[in-house]
Amino acid sequence: MSSFLKNIIRFIIFILLQVYVLNKIPHLHRFITPYLYYLFILWLPFSISRFGLLITGFITGLSLDYFTMTPGLHAAACVLIAYVRPFLINILTPKETADYNYREPSPRAMGWTPYAVYVFILTLLHHGYMLLLEWLDFGSFLEFILRVVSTTGISMLLILTVELLFPRKLKFRTNTA
Amino acid sequence: MRNIFLFIRRYFTFLSFLALQVVALWFLVNYNRFHRAKFLGIANQITGRINTQYNKIEGYFNLNEENRRVHILNDSLLNMLPGNFMKADTTIKQVQDSIPYDTMGHYRRYIYRSAEVVYNTVSSQKNYIQLNRGSAQGIKDNMGVLSSDGTAVGVVVNVSPNFSQVMSLLNVKSTISASLKRSGEFGLLEWDGKDPGYILLKKIPKTVDAKKGDTVLTSNYSFSIPPGKMVGTVADIKVDNATGLYELKIKTATNFYSLQQVHVVENLAYDEQSTLLEDTRKKIEDVKKNPK
Repeated sequence: MSSFLKNIIRFIIFILLQVYVLNKIPHLHRFITPYLYYLFILWLPFSISRFGLLITGFITGLSLDYFTMTPGLHAAACVLIAYVRPFLINILTPKETADYNYREPSPRAMGWTPYAVYVFILTLLHHGYMLLLEWLDFGSFLEFILRVVSTTGISMLLILTVELLFPRKLKFRTNTA
Repeated sequence: MRNIFLFIRRYFTFLSFLALQVVALWFLVNYNRFHRAKFLGIANQITGRINTQYNKIEGYFNLNEENRRVHILNDSLLNMLPGNFMKADTTIKQVQDSIPYDTMGHYRRYIYRSAEVVYNTVSSQKNYIQLNRGSAQGIKDNMGVLSSDGTAVGVVVNVSPNFSQVMSLLNVKSTISASLKRSGEFGLLEWDGKDPGYILLKKIPKTVDAKKGDTVLTSNYSFSIPPGKMVGTVADIKVDNATGLYELKIKTATNFYSLQQVHVVENLAYDEQSTLLEDTRKKIEDVKKNPK
């Protein structure tokens, strides 16, 4: 399966999962919405161009926005993490090992600790920015902080579960491929 | 000029990031005024279509609850039907007991209670239906049972504290009085134990002009089931040669295969009626036995 097709299917699954499962299940608390869909952006291949990454992020966020009737909210957050992603990857991974050997970020490609840091920072950025935009509308500062902390925690837990449950079979990239 | 192009090329990613941020924030800020009208219209069609598909699936999970809700509403409406009330003849009577009467001199004759079918068979010769209401919830023997469409189902024959057992029309021992809607002639409903879709209406005189497709209703002569409730339609007409009476094959209006929610009907005058019947029988027969 081509990488492009795989990512389109992944996109649809992530959006539907977010809209029809994670947004529908009774939340633990009114502050805490479990977010997972942005993992799609985190999983995009290393080789994607930075402009392409931005556009993909924008489309991902906007698709979710149209389901939740909040146009622009998730899109802004997704564009932000799409912009930051390449910098983080550059900092966290030695170029020789990951960038050239594996196609996309994963615990195996980057190592568990760098991958966890990568996910954590982007999660925090995504939730922080999105909830900041929501907080500007209404709410208190303490509530905002609590929400960022709790949703980040829940999302990290979800992503860890997903990584453990669905280990992606990433082919080791060789010259012959 | 060249420097500007160089600048744009150098910071292309950052600039596009800024542009997309601005677009996203602009969407967010202008959501109410502009967005709803233009973009959301198109997007709504797509998300709406997906949502419709999802709701179709989700709807199945709520059907049970919805079904119960509608049934309870129907039950409360059935209790308000004017047919449940009878007008007492007060031309001579002076004193009335006030509780079951309203100011117009009507008194309540029937009370409906909703119940759910917990067990039901159609395959046996003697089919019984079990309901999730019993004596603790006010169910007594000999109450009538109607389906959620208001069609006749059977009569309560036994109650425990929380459940009750109903002898359905599809029981070879069941006899319920029913009448033809067109001519008003009444006969007895029985089941021959063969096809759960059909029951027999017996003892209709041959003089009656019965046709296929005639409606059969519960009769006025049943103490348990209120009159005028649908039983079924005539599907076939036969003559019983031994007695010279019609034997009508009735297609039941109730679908006994898919019975879920039912109404249990209490005739408030049942005790009075049956006691009177018993007393009369005793009185007349005693006189016959010991003539003075």
